[in-house]
Amino acid sequence: MINTMECAVDAQSLISISLMKIHNSRTQRGGIKLHKNLLVSYVLRNARQVYIKEKYAEIYRMQQYEEVMTVCNEIQQLNPLELDAEDADDEEQARAACCGEDVSLCGSACHRDAAHTRTASALPGCSHLEYDGKEPEPSFYRSCCMEASPVSECDQFSANGRAHCNKTTVLDLDTHVVTTVENGYLHQDCCCDALQCGQGAQSPAKKRKVEFACCVSDVEELSDFTAARKRVKREDCSYTHPDYTDTSNISNLISIFGSGFSGLLSRQTDLEQICSKQVLASLGAWTRAIVAF
Amino acid sequence: MLYCWFKYLSRFCFFPADIISTVEFNHTGELLATGDKGGRVVIFQQEIENKSQPQFRSEYNVYSTFQSHEPEFDYLKSLEIEEKINKIRWLPQKNAAQFLLSTNDKTIKLWKISERDKRPEGYNLKEEDGRYKDPNTITSLRVPVLIPMDLMVEASPRRVFANAHTYHINSISVNSDNETYLSADDLRINLWHLEITDRSFNIVDIKPANMEELTEVITAAEFHPHQCNTFVYSSSKGTIRLCDMRISALCDKHSKLFEEPEDPSNRSFFSEIISSISDVKFSHNGRYMMTRDYLSVKVWDLNMESRPVETYQVHEYLRSKLCSLYENDCIFDKFECCWNGNDSVVMTGSYNNFFRMFDRGQRRDVTLEASRENSKPMQVLKPRKVCAGGKRKKDEISVDSLDFNKKILHTAWHPQDNIIAVATTNNLYIFQDKVN
Repeated sequence: MINTMECAVDAQSLISISLMKIHNSRTQRGGIKLHKNLLVSYVLRNARQVYIKEKYAEIYRMQQYEEVMTVCNEIQQLNPLELDAEDADDEEQARAACCGEDVSLCGSACHRDAAHTRTASALPGCSHLEYDGKEPEPSFYRSCCMEASPVSECDQFSANGRAHCNKTTVLDLDTHVVTTVENGYLHQDCCCDALQCGQGAQSPAKKRKVEFACCVSDVEELSDFTAARKRVKREDCSYTHPDYTDTSNISNLISIFGSGFSGLLSRQTDLEQICSKQVLASLGAWTRAIVAF
Repeated sequence: MLYCWFKYLSRFCFFPADIISTVEFNHTGELLATGDKGGRVVIFQQEIENKSQPQFRSEYNVYSTFQSHEPEFDYLKSLEIEEKINKIRWLPQKNAAQFLLSTNDKTIKLWKISERDKRPEGYNLKEEDGRYKDPNTITSLRVPVLIPMDLMVEASPRRVFANAHTYHINSISVNSDNETYLSADDLRINLWHLEITDRSFNIVDIKPANMEELTEVITAAEFHPHQCNTFVYSSSKGTIRLCDMRISALCDKHSKLFEEPEDPSNRSFFSEIISSISDVKFSHNGRYMMTRDYLSVKVWDLNMESRPVETYQVHEYLRSKLCSLYENDCIFDKFECCWNGNDSVVMTGSYNNFFRMFDRGQRRDVTLEASRENSKPMQVLKPRKVCAGGKRKKDEISVDSLDFNKKILHTAWHPQDNIIAVATTNNLYIFQDKVN
């Protein structure tokens, strides 16, 4: 167990630093260093564990577990599109990436500040935890996409203020399998610049659904670039209030790296399993991007 | 042994842009090769013993310089391949020429270094300047003769071993059979024959079927000095695996696993980083091996897998500074380690241009500094001490004063004598022990 004397604030800064390192490594000469990035991902995992523990402890102190469940149930009733009418406060707190955590944390992580009780109304991330027969929607918050080219997407992002990563292509160096992920917009959670992306939000007042591409196919044996492996995903993506805070960035980023290299997870609760498989799938391209370089 | 403090012998200053990336003595110690970030190899040669000045008998001078690797671009993967020399390994000498292997991230090259001190003169068909004569003007024949010339050292690439590594090569090691060698990258180890460049055998592959399940990478590998079937490789998780190539063609399953359980009281955010092994070296007698992780050097008995037989703390005072060292990337520095000729002393580098020696038998250690202030001829190095906390004594240096940009990652010990080569960022220092 990590010495929890290192508080959540240190964990947050470590997460930011680690993500910056990973981003910087993509543009450094000689390609991505697999060893270094693996070690950085360990630090990310450790910092995430501490951060989540601190968050959990904080929320548990503030709220009852049952209240959170009730709130989650209420949210299931809502059509996500109708949340456009929610006020800005809810939007701000709706971005917390709760997927990958257990239910009470799921609810609580959506609260930037535990005192904002209304945040419970914008918790799409909890929806998939319901077992009422509805098809679960993996409505957690998508992390950034990666470009296969050495050009940093931050350059793209800052260049035009609106990052349109239409397609992310990553190449497994050994099997030469190309994985393509298509999306419409770059979420501000892009690890390329966790702290700045929030300012570049495109439509801060509206939630959007972002559809990710396509189908799964087995392409293990192909050695040319025509093979592609795709996954079916539907994810929701909401955009930030202009006063996007670092802590909300951190929460989002924590979920993004909720699995990281999945082998790093030593234990997972059942609830985490459900969430993390989906997060895991989305992180495949990320991992392979590291490999590809 | 450590009572005979080392004295300064010579210093070679590389250009500021040339960061030394590897240092290696050959098997006799007469030659010392360095590789740098610019892809160059510089070889130093020990001077012939000067009877009139015995104290200078070990001086090294530049012998040969050549460009080993150039920067390349992999168009297929849109990757630039650095020309930095990661490792140099000498082959045992078989004839008048010397051979060494040098590698960057992707390609290994076999270089022949030979001397030429004679040149032919008196060709029948060629003028002295090389122009060809008209055969009709030749009226007599003569036999060309070899005449002495100034010594010229030539380096020529004899073999290029390419396209066998997807990931970055971190180690090469020549087998004791003098026919094969291994090369290791992050996930695989390949076995080559020195004569064959278009084929290599993969002997270790730790790449998981799903890269998302990756938990460790290979960090170093070395053949046993006497047993040609045995090699070890270290991992980023702090484990060392010993493999026997007689057991199976693919050595994914180790014969021995050397691992020390982690001390749970030392757990931190950076536990995984500081336990990653940066170097592994067999002792000359083949009974032990030494590993270097971020804070310590460990000596392992090959017959005991459960824990090392000796552990030496290199700079334990850095344990409380890991967060800062993570921020400035110093925590990723890969320090090497080396044995002396009779395996009684081990040496490794640290920060502030300090390097440390541990006498295994006497259980004593010393910290020395490679700096220009100590660069007066024959000057004996003064032991240094770092003050970890509390009142700083005179001549001690406090942890906060350490310069983390000045690091000694590469050191080498002469195979027979007590001569050491210590590389700072772009200076190579050679020290020898005090001759009584």
